Amino acid sequence: MNQKKTDLLHEQYLKTLSRERKIIRMYQLLIFISFFGLWEVSSQQRWIDPLLFSSPSKIWNLLIDKTLDGSLAVNLGVTLAETVLGFILGTLLGTVLAGLLWWSPMLSRILDPYLVVLNSMPKVALGPILIVALGTNLTSIVAMGAIISIIITTIVVYTAFKEVDPNYLKVLQTFGATRTQCFREAILPASFPTIISTLKVNVGLSWVGVIVGEFLVSARGLGYMIIYGFQVFNFTLVFLSLFVIAVFATLMYQLVELLERKLIKSNQ
Amino acid sequence: MDFLTLRGIHHTYFTKTSAVTALNNISLDVQEGEFVSFLGPSGCGKTTLLSIIAGLIEPSEGQIALEGRPVKEAADKTGYMLQQDYLFPWKTIEENIFLGLKISGTLNDTRKKEVLSLLGQMGLGNVDSLYPKQLSGGMRQRVALVRTLATEPKLLMLDEPFSALDYQTKLKLEDLVANTFKAFGKTAILVTHDIGEAVAMSDRIFLFSPRPGRLHKTFVIPEELRDLSPFNARNHPLYNELFQTIWKELESLEPEEN
Ligand SMILES: Nc1ncnc2c1ncn2[C@@H]1O[C@H](COP(=O)(O)OP(=O)(O)OP(=O)(O)O)[C@@H](O)[C@H]1O
Ligand SMILES: [Mg+2]
Repeated sequence: MNQKKTDLLHEQYLKTLSRERKIIRMYQLLIFISFFGLWEVSSQQRWIDPLLFSSPSKIWNLLIDKTLDGSLAVNLGVTLAETVLGFILGTLLGTVLAGLLWWSPMLSRILDPYLVVLNSMPKVALGPILIVALGTNLTSIVAMGAIISIIITTIVVYTAFKEVDPNYLKVLQTFGATRTQCFREAILPASFPTIISTLKVNVGLSWVGVIVGEFLVSARGLGYMIIYGFQVFNFTLVFLSLFVIAVFATLMYQLVELLERKLIKSNQ
Repeated sequence: MDFLTLRGIHHTYFTKTSAVTALNNISLDVQEGEFVSFLGPSGCGKTTLLSIIAGLIEPSEGQIALEGRPVKEAADKTGYMLQQDYLFPWKTIEENIFLGLKISGTLNDTRKKEVLSLLGQMGLGNVDSLYPKQLSGGMRQRVALVRTLATEPKLLMLDEPFSALDYQTKLKLEDLVANTFKAFGKTAILVTHDIGEAVAMSDRIFLFSPRPGRLHKTFVIPEELRDLSPFNARNHPLYNELFQTIWKELESLEPEEN
């Protein structure tokens, strides 16, 4: 009898939960529809300047055009490739640099003030110099995507390296382990969760670096589409690029989050 | 020739704000196959002395030799089990117990089989693919012991290996360790706070006094107790007698604590 009552209550609880979920979904949809609906109507009724603010239907039509003539895919592909490369390079180099700092405590003390300065500095300001140094091409854009996350990755990962319980190293030293072995057997695996979580931050940073890089180089990519649209006063193109960026940046972030959950789970 | 000799060991820790003398003029010998205990109140430098014997830290002064050679060169002859088990949580039990062999590059199929069978003898069959956090405290301690034994050290150092365990587990492990070491003819140094444990397990007890740590007295355990397993030794009349003697000695080291 008591069991029955508990079951009943549990069922009610589950019902409340699913009702709440439905309400939330409904409101989310409502916001979406009213935003774009309002936008479309105000543009058509000329409450806002359609030349400046475009409209969802125009953007949609342009999306179809650009998809059909293949130019969107090309630009998207370029930007995605640059971002992924920049992101991987930034994380990898940052981790390697952290390893070097761990390897030589002297080096880490010498470099400390420089790291602080470099970390505080807005990296995108280096853009023009990168382009001068590396040329107006893909390399300098990838460099932008990487440079923006290297220093912060170095600092975060190095801190994680230093926080590894020294007793694990002591265990290894009793077996006569070298510093390389200590790094491979204790420091790196113990800091693995931290490294994975910097991936998530870096993916967002790399998008910033790459888009700014494309603004400056102005040759190809979604960032170029924005700048081009701005220059020729085609704001439909600007909005289209913005939406494509929003969608793919979100997708990439979710992908990294999924990867993180998988890796961290298998690490335990 | 003595197996392990310490002559005039001093050690001082330096920090920015202070210099702490942890050990002062320690000289002692340990024979091959002997089981000795370091007993003493907290802070009298027991862990420091073990770290010196293990070659992990260099003493400020003094000589130390294992079979006539400096301990720095004899890292493969010593095994050191830390105050806690420090099993690597990201490695399986199997990877944990093979760690020492992997580090020294001597991991092969024969050794693997031997180490796994040792794990079995410790009453831990079928745990090799599990992770440390899936084991109880007593099981983890046994795994740590297997990890230390895996490289076949001649000298084993155990730093309060049973202090975090419940009483029953502790008594069982004492017997297991004593039997294993006797069977393999290992020389062992046990660090402990527990007088009973020292009396039940050792052949000799070195009693240390604190601030600065120095060797206060040495007790030789009578033959009758040595031949018994730790558990049975605890029931012997001589056990209580020795316990009382050492207890009084320890009391005299810590004047008016309460
Ligand atoms: N790394 C260190 N730096 C500075 N002082 C230290 C360091 N390690 C130990 N000491 C000091 O040296 C003295 C002896 O420490 P040690 O850890 O060897 O004692 P212990 O006998 O093992 O104590 P316990 O029984 O509590 O484990 C203590 O006063 C301690 O504060
Ligand atoms: Mg200690």
